[in-house]
Amino acid sequence: MKTIIVAGTPGAGKTAVLLNTVKHLKAQDKNISVVKIDCLYTEDHIRFRKMGVPTLLGLSKDMCPDHFTIYNLGEMVEFAGNNGSDMLIVETAGLCHRCAPYTSNSLGVCVIDATTGPNTPLKVGPFLSTANVVAITKGDIVSQAEREIFRERVLEMNPGCRIIETNGLTGKGAAELSKCFTEAAGFDYSEERLKHNAPFSICTLCVGETRIHQKHHRGVIRHIDGIQEYIGE
Amino acid sequence: MINSISILAGQNKEGHKEEFRRIDIYTGEIIGIVGPTGSGKSALVEDIEQLAQSDTTTKRRILINEQVPDPALRFDPKKKLIAQLSQNMNFIADMTVEDFLKLHSKCRGKDPYLVEKIIYHANLLTGEPIKKEMNLTVLSGGQSRSLMVADVAFVSDSPIVLIDEIENAGIKKHEAMKLLSGSGKIVLIVTHDPLLALLTQRRMVMKNGGINKVIQTSQEEKDLCTQLYQIDKALFRVREMVRSGAEVVTDFDFGNTQSKEFELIA
Repeated sequence: MKTIIVAGTPGAGKTAVLLNTVKHLKAQDKNISVVKIDCLYTEDHIRFRKMGVPTLLGLSKDMCPDHFTIYNLGEMVEFAGNNGSDMLIVETAGLCHRCAPYTSNSLGVCVIDATTGPNTPLKVGPFLSTANVVAITKGDIVSQAEREIFRERVLEMNPGCRIIETNGLTGKGAAELSKCFTEAAGFDYSEERLKHNAPFSICTLCVGETRIHQKHHRGVIRHIDGIQEYIGE
Repeated sequence: MINSISILAGQNKEGHKEEFRRIDIYTGEIIGIVGPTGSGKSALVEDIEQLAQSDTTTKRRILINEQVPDPALRFDPKKKLIAQLSQNMNFIADMTVEDFLKLHSKCRGKDPYLVEKIIYHANLLTGEPIKKEMNLTVLSGGQSRSLMVADVAFVSDSPIVLIDEIENAGIKKHEAMKLLSGSGKIVLIVTHDPLLALLTQRRMVMKNGGINKVIQTSQEEKDLCTQLYQIDKALFRVREMVRSGAEVVTDFDFGNTQSKEFELIA
């Protein structure tokens, strides 16, 4: 089964770009399943279902949404398998710029919004730098110069990536993206590894501490001066 | 070297084939794209920008020099032959005009000395001068648009220029067009503006997602365009007077505009 993992900041246009891409894939009679991951709330899964695509919704609630995605990949593959699909598209919530949920043989797609300014590609980290395909959205509302600077910055962070300029409103780029999806490598759940390690989240805040003062915190902690230490037994 | 681009017929929104076989556009031509909102103007521009090969919703194909373009031209952003000036009126990047132009020149492998030249030419298009130490985000719509035009002309110097609605800006349109079309370029301009539409050699009329017809600009239309240019210049002058707080002194030659040609648009 081909597995496509799509990451990007909230509001970048992941769903809009995917809906257009799914339209192209359906026109080629591909049997696809979609999994939409979000944190607290979404109605996006209904939009995929309206297109006649079996869609599973996962809400991560208290858990980091990317950790949640990685942990549940097996169940998603099973869902797609039960639908008789040969392609699984996972749209992640992607929030903290530190994770990259892509695995060794999935197609990692980063959706990034050109209106967030030319420094964004330098800020977002591994979900951009380890992606196979970078879909730039909203290029029509910035100038040619800003588009070119943005593109250059993306290539600086990820020299090997395929850049596709997309427009979620008009469907621009969707045909090219759908071609990348169909050419993706095969995915083997039992053998897959993350391309980039997820950040550790092992401090007292992770387990529900609400007091602020530093004396209440344990675990692996990084200070503002960059020094990291372990506090605890 | 680009000598021509060709548009091979696709389909309109109802799936009917467009009623032409192919439209060839040659270097040095300025072509208009006209039609009401939703008629498919932007989709046509995108087809050309992406060098579509029956793989967009319109199913059109675009040839370069009568041949199917090399996939690298489509997919390698650095090899793109097309610069596009879209409808946006403001910059988003938070930096000075000078830093921005230097950064863009660097991306395009151009000499940073261009900065002065770009600002000089941008200032010929707008009433309020742009200074290099200004922040991009504080520029007015007219200043931003002028700078975008000059930047496309000198830094994103591409053989094909696509322009989406240059008129919404309060800049000197005629001069902007001259700067953009330069020598040996193909310019396609989406417009509702009569002056710009008549400035082109031909215009494609869009309807229901398809190219409905192509109108060659007649001699009568060209004469009218010259008149409209005078009116436009006068309007620009009056606008700048109002803007600068001056009392408007009219040297607007109304006699001239009451000619037969002017009645055509009245």
